[in-house]
Amino acid sequence: MKRKIPLLITFLVGVIIIISEFIPHKPFGQITGELENWYLIIAGFAIILGQLSLFKVNLFKIKHRQKNWQFFIITLLSFILMVSIGIFWGTENHPGIFGNGETISNTIGTKPFDYLFDNVYQNLQATMFSLLAFFIASAAYRAFIARTLESSLLLVAAILVMLGNTSLGSALTGWLPESLSFLHLPRISEFIMKYPTTAGQRAIMIGAAFGIIGSSLRIILGIERSYLGGE
Amino acid sequence: MSENVKKKQIDRRWIFLLLFLAVAIPLIFVIGLPIETTENVRMVHGLIEQTPKGSKVIISFDYDPASKPELHPMGKALMEHCFDRDIKVIVTALWPMGVQMAEDIYSKIKDNYPDKKYGVDYVNMGYKAGGIVTIQAMGKNFRDIFPQDMNGTSIDELPILDGINNFDNLGFVFALSAGDPGIKQWVQVAHDTYGRPVSGGVTGVSAPAVIPYVNQQQQLIGLLAGLKGAAEYELLTETPGTATSGMDAQSVAHLIIIIFIVAGNINYWRNKKAEKKRGE
Repeated sequence: MKRKIPLLITFLVGVIIIISEFIPHKPFGQITGELENWYLIIAGFAIILGQLSLFKVNLFKIKHRQKNWQFFIITLLSFILMVSIGIFWGTENHPGIFGNGETISNTIGTKPFDYLFDNVYQNLQATMFSLLAFFIASAAYRAFIARTLESSLLLVAAILVMLGNTSLGSALTGWLPESLSFLHLPRISEFIMKYPTTAGQRAIMIGAAFGIIGSSLRIILGIERSYLGGE
Repeated sequence: MSENVKKKQIDRRWIFLLLFLAVAIPLIFVIGLPIETTENVRMVHGLIEQTPKGSKVIISFDYDPASKPELHPMGKALMEHCFDRDIKVIVTALWPMGVQMAEDIYSKIKDNYPDKKYGVDYVNMGYKAGGIVTIQAMGKNFRDIFPQDMNGTSIDELPILDGINNFDNLGFVFALSAGDPGIKQWVQVAHDTYGRPVSGGVTGVSAPAVIPYVNQQQQLIGLLAGLKGAAEYELLTETPGTATSGMDAQSVAHLIIIIFIVAGNINYWRNKKAEKKRGE
């Protein structure tokens, strides 16, 4: 019974939503609208669940002195700090339980939460993303080797797109006469992105869509039950 | 690849240092390489130009600070273009940090538009969890999903939202997207289900996965892809900003990466040849 009821709910909800796509009138349209509202409420709670999970997982790692456990302390402290100052003094447009923290705001220029968000969080995130450029450069040097015909084609296409997607591409071939404009690097890059890349991407997208339909049907029909835990 | 082929490679620290210089120097000493516009960017520009004055549009800020260097210039240029054309901007966010991204842009440009008022010409509705389901629900009843703006002001007290009940009352939707939920979900719902024009801007790395939506069915009307897309848009709107100034750095960085790739290949084949000679 413990498993049959969730399976029945899943089946009914799945079937109603599919039917409402074809018959968006009463009662299916209304029921689907209500189900969407339920989903939005559950999605809101998922954020709280995620925060609790972050806390639990990090505490577990610290407690059991797992590898690099010291870093998890920093994660937890940062989390507690941001949540606390957000609750105490609020954010830009919202006061906290202790008001707007005028004394601190006058000293640092903005509210503490916004100060940390603008000066720490934003920069840390930008740094993490920017580091990718260094790793890509290093990885490209080591791994982007023309060993086979396929990898050679990939290499040539990549270089053309890289050049074409920068101002350098325009500068390098901008002098070409109109009759040879098809050799202009930005045009070659645009062509590669528009036709071969799009064709490949569409194939992947259609394949993935069929996969999603298949796995959705398996869940609706109760064949796939891993979401219930166990099995 | 055997160990002999692997060895004799450049120390990665040299690669890091060169790349750092390749990015830093052009940012300090501007080269001013030419920027050309592409069809996708011209389509985005055309969409805003053709939208009647006084129209209300949604700009969805679906990114966080990690993608700020690429998507922020797009958002700024787009919002300025909308204000120049007297188009009213309704901001939504499917990513929690998107709210602050939009506010950052608005706070930077609002002094240039003293006649534009919050609640009349611009509003930030804040973040809403739920991804594609949120968009579906907005299509059915916008006012149910956003009963108030991010400051807690009731939707009924915001003149910009008068008459906005669903997507039918909007000129277009523009999604600035760094992943999921983002531009794909907007296309699937706002365009495919409700038939509203959708356009957007994405990071360079995610552009190949989104470009297929720029098609004859006009699922997407143009696309701004990466820093180059932002720089092209700045060029079209004649508002040079951080994307334009960053193009030199990006160009030199790409060139350095290409040089490394070529060097890596030469190194590989030279080592392989030496191995063959030794009869390994």
